Amino acid sequence: MAHESVFQIFIGALLANNFVLAMFLGLCPFLGVSGKLDTAFPMGVATTFVMAVAALCAYGLNWLLGLMHLEFLRLISYIVVIASAVQLVEMVLKKHSPVLFRALGIYLPLITTNCAVLGVALIQTARDYTLLQSMAFAIGGGGGFTLALVLMAGLRERIQLVEVPEVAQGAAVVLMIAGVLSLSFMGFAGLGG
Amino acid sequence: MSALPAPNPVSTWDDMMEGVWRQNPTFVMMLGMCPTLAVTVSAVNALSMGVATMLVLVASCGLVSMLRHIVPKEVRIATYIVIIATFVTAIDYGIQAVSLKLYDALGAFIQLIVVNCIILGRAEAHASKTPPVAAMLNAVGMGAGFTIGLLALGTVREVLGAGALFGVSLFGANFQPWVVMVLPPGGFFVLGSWLLVFAWWKKRKRAMSPTPIATSRSA
Repeated sequence: MAHESVFQIFIGALLANNFVLAMFLGLCPFLGVSGKLDTAFPMGVATTFVMAVAALCAYGLNWLLGLMHLEFLRLISYIVVIASAVQLVEMVLKKHSPVLFRALGIYLPLITTNCAVLGVALIQTARDYTLLQSMAFAIGGGGGFTLALVLMAGLRERIQLVEVPEVAQGAAVVLMIAGVLSLSFMGFAGLGG
Repeated sequence: MSALPAPNPVSTWDDMMEGVWRQNPTFVMMLGMCPTLAVTVSAVNALSMGVATMLVLVASCGLVSMLRHIVPKEVRIATYIVIIATFVTAIDYGIQAVSLKLYDALGAFIQLIVVNCIILGRAEAHASKTPPVAAMLNAVGMGAGFTIGLLALGTVREVLGAGALFGVSLFGANFQPWVVMVLPPGGFFVLGSWLLVFAWWKKRKRAMSPTPIATSRSA
């Protein structure tokens, strides 16, 4: 797997193997924060940043753990690093954009438990990506996550204006839309890696 | 399942059944969605994922509950995560030892049990306040609820998408599989349909009973 070009990996993570719609990573924020466009986009960017940091740290950590033959500590050390990275993003946001910080609310610390972030670290390890490949994978994946979140938020803003049957209100209609969105993303199959 | 809202001092049994039905993590609370949709392409995968999650959930809740007087408030979340990650690592190596085929089918999602919101949520909201036995029973209920949710998706997707159940072919050679059901969009569609069925059922029940039923959708 590790012979794919950086560009292939990037496009693959962005579209063909979209993190949310094809690999089912990061569904909680996808269903939770996709109500409004104003919060969906910053949330995506924040997650992308954390993913890039996590990928970088995971690469270093994996090398270090391999050196000391402590591979069984991989999962524990990854999750601790991710938690610290999220804390960092939280502090930066709180200082520079308190409004956004309040809007994202509980979902900001929850980036820690976002499967997409840990997923990026675990998958790049499993596939033996080089540092450059890992970064392309993380940023492509984050971009794909943001794309899915923004598309969903746009669709959900439209849904507010139409009459949804009573039984389908809430999560059911959102899942159906996600299904259609996922179906359309399957059209990208074959692009990239 | 009773239609009445649970009285305040709930018995342990009621507390356990709460997770199986009224507070079902998949259909009511919508937690742990990633593994729910990702691994439910077949009933076997769904069942093993459910059981693995349940084992981690019960073990972590037990340990969190035992340590609840020792762990300082400020670092409790970090402690819980490390506890959960430890058990997940154990399960990860366990599955790898038992069946390599299953391990490959579940992929990264075994290790991703760490970030399953159900476990951290239970540890924080329940296990950190209750004695070990009660906490573990509650965890068993939640885990069973999650497993039922996964199985509900896994069976439907396998029957429609592959014409089989637990790997056993059901309809013979003439069956034309509905392939999209085992592809990613199918996960969204099947879960959405289950939610529709439950919403319709709840609505019908509400229409039939004279007094309004307390629903637990707000979770």
